[in-house]
Amino acid sequence: MPAPEPRVRFRDKQIEMAHGAGGKASRRLIEGLFAPLLCDLSSGPLGDAAHVLMNGAPIAITADSFVVKPLRFPGGSIGELAVNGTVNDLAVSGARAHTLVVTYILEAGLPSEILEQEVRAMAAAARRAGVAIAGGDTKVVEHGKADRMYISSCGIGSLIEGVHVAPETVRPGDRVLLSGPIGDHGITILLARGELDFEAEICSDTRPVLPMIEALAAAAARGIRWMRDPTRGGVATSLNELARDCGLGIRLSEDRIPVHDSVRGACELLGLEPLHIANEGQFLAVVAPEMADAALAALRAAPGGHQAAIIGEVTEQPARTVLSATPYGGTRVVDMLVGDPLPRIC
Amino acid sequence: MRFVDEFREPALITRTAQEIRRLADPTRHYRLMEVCGGHTHAIYRFGLKDLLPSNIELIHGPGCPVCVLPMGRIDDGLSLTEHPEVIFTAFGDMMRVPGTRGSPLEHKARGADVRIVYSPSDALKLAQTNPGRHVMFFAIGFETTAPSTALTLMRARSLGIRNFSVFCNHVTIIPAIRAILDSPDMRLDAFIGPGHVSTVIGCRPYEWIARNERKPIVVSGFEPLDMLESVMMLLRQLKEGRVEVENQYKRVVPWEGNRAALKAMAEVFQLRPYFEWRGMGFISQSALRLRDSYAEWDAEQRFQIPGVRVTDPKAAQCGEVLKGVLKPHQCKLFGNECTPERPVGALMVSSEGSCAAYYNYEHLKTAMVSSVASAL
Repeated sequence: MPAPEPRVRFRDKQIEMAHGAGGKASRRLIEGLFAPLLCDLSSGPLGDAAHVLMNGAPIAITADSFVVKPLRFPGGSIGELAVNGTVNDLAVSGARAHTLVVTYILEAGLPSEILEQEVRAMAAAARRAGVAIAGGDTKVVEHGKADRMYISSCGIGSLIEGVHVAPETVRPGDRVLLSGPIGDHGITILLARGELDFEAEICSDTRPVLPMIEALAAAAARGIRWMRDPTRGGVATSLNELARDCGLGIRLSEDRIPVHDSVRGACELLGLEPLHIANEGQFLAVVAPEMADAALAALRAAPGGHQAAIIGEVTEQPARTVLSATPYGGTRVVDMLVGDPLPRIC
Repeated sequence: MRFVDEFREPALITRTAQEIRRLADPTRHYRLMEVCGGHTHAIYRFGLKDLLPSNIELIHGPGCPVCVLPMGRIDDGLSLTEHPEVIFTAFGDMMRVPGTRGSPLEHKARGADVRIVYSPSDALKLAQTNPGRHVMFFAIGFETTAPSTALTLMRARSLGIRNFSVFCNHVTIIPAIRAILDSPDMRLDAFIGPGHVSTVIGCRPYEWIARNERKPIVVSGFEPLDMLESVMMLLRQLKEGRVEVENQYKRVVPWEGNRAALKAMAEVFQLRPYFEWRGMGFISQSALRLRDSYAEWDAEQRFQIPGVRVTDPKAAQCGEVLKGVLKPHQCKLFGNECTPERPVGALMVSSEGSCAAYYNYEHLKTAMVSSVASAL
């Protein structure tokens, strides 16, 4: 098996929007600057949440922050997103969220009504996800310095029994599962900004994915090798990270990837690739081939998982590459997101 | 999705690909140029090369407006961001194109007011809502986008909006095709004609290509089936010894073009005597400027523009790739010094640039095939 790619170095002159977009620039920043200076990398590649031992007991811990604009959008809002995003990072690491703490960074002049709405949205999301919010912090900055409000959160959780996810355990022949249609969240936000003069019936998919992961674990815990929630950078970026971390290839079948027609239409018009669009309520799982059918059946039977699909397979070659096969016999390389998705001009 | 899925129907695509194989003479090598960057993108995005026999070579043409713009023009446009009142607006494709001191996005990260717009009329709206500022639209594109710039300028004039201007880089497709045909190292059999440009100019302007240059041309749509059908139509012409302009994209392209759009262009623009194209040098009568009656909205007349000429980095072979002489991966910088993340030339930036398309969808496959071949 080929050795994993060497670590990257961070040599960019300044921070740009792309460093926050979840693609290649984000990866350089994390792996070239943050991780080497802040973390012990001997325990393997960085996942969505860290698993640590505290007095001998394993716990999962993660941090997340939310700067979405606009604050409210069809299907959700920043408060709900903050809870779901944090519990989902824990869930795909194989952990059940237990407690969150949250920080609000507020801008002077923010109407209290908007803040209350978001606090209420957060409380409702926490109840739905079955997680406690144990505390937090508030900071206020001058008007115009924080685009109304940002939320940051930290979550801890306990490990789901029998689930061990790590890219090193992925083998050729493993199947790639996707929990449902992709691109809803990113396209919803893009349209909610109102900069494009068109509308579509799309809602954000923000939701906790734990119930689906628990159903998957109940049916095929031993078979689960890796999981990820494909948020910024989309499915393409998550799978490229996997391909790089495990040193193998991934071959997708384009016609098996569920995408709502409205999302496909918007992507066609704007020249975007659905595989690069952010999701907030889906996850990817790599499952051992002999358990893939059982895993898929369990996922489809779980609430919200009826559109789950096996979208591809892990391959020996080409190493560290994601390929997509078209329904008519062509193939193309699916790379990570570069920069922010930019529409074509003609 | 109607009007898209029909043109991606696997059974029809397979059948068309079979017909292409049947028509292709195995003893002969075909060199077909797709003029338009949108076609280049589609070829890679849909993996169409995998469906064609190996003796049909697709050569990428100069039809990517971002790619053909020389760096000096980008520097000139960005020089306006030094005026504190100016809001620099451009299409998204422009945002990561490198200038000497960085791309528009890098200027934005350093504090310049740079904004993405989706149409020139959005830039005009921005001028209306920011009366204390000056909104400059950095216009690029072939005849595809020029009419919307023209209509926006007509609107600015009729509404008397004075805090708006256009830095015009619009170019025209025919002189570029002529330059390609005049280039001595180019041996082409036929052209896949640009679809979107032709919605405006129609098919007539290509007639000289068939008549004088004896090259078949088929104006093509952008879906997999469109493109394969166009290849099939070209092979039929070559097989039957016909040399014609044919229109595969009839559902969108009228033979006579769009008269209203052409009229708007004629009202606002006039031809420049010559214009520099990246990698292709100065081409006469190949670009548009604003007429004097629109001088008030012409950024080049309203502001002091340095008028710089910047030569491309020596090692970069953008010109050869633009003309189709080299394949993207044959450039010395491809994939190492020049990547979509850190582009040296614009061809690596725009989704329609052949280097970016090749890099994103193809190069790993090529690398794979060559490593397999060298192992054998």
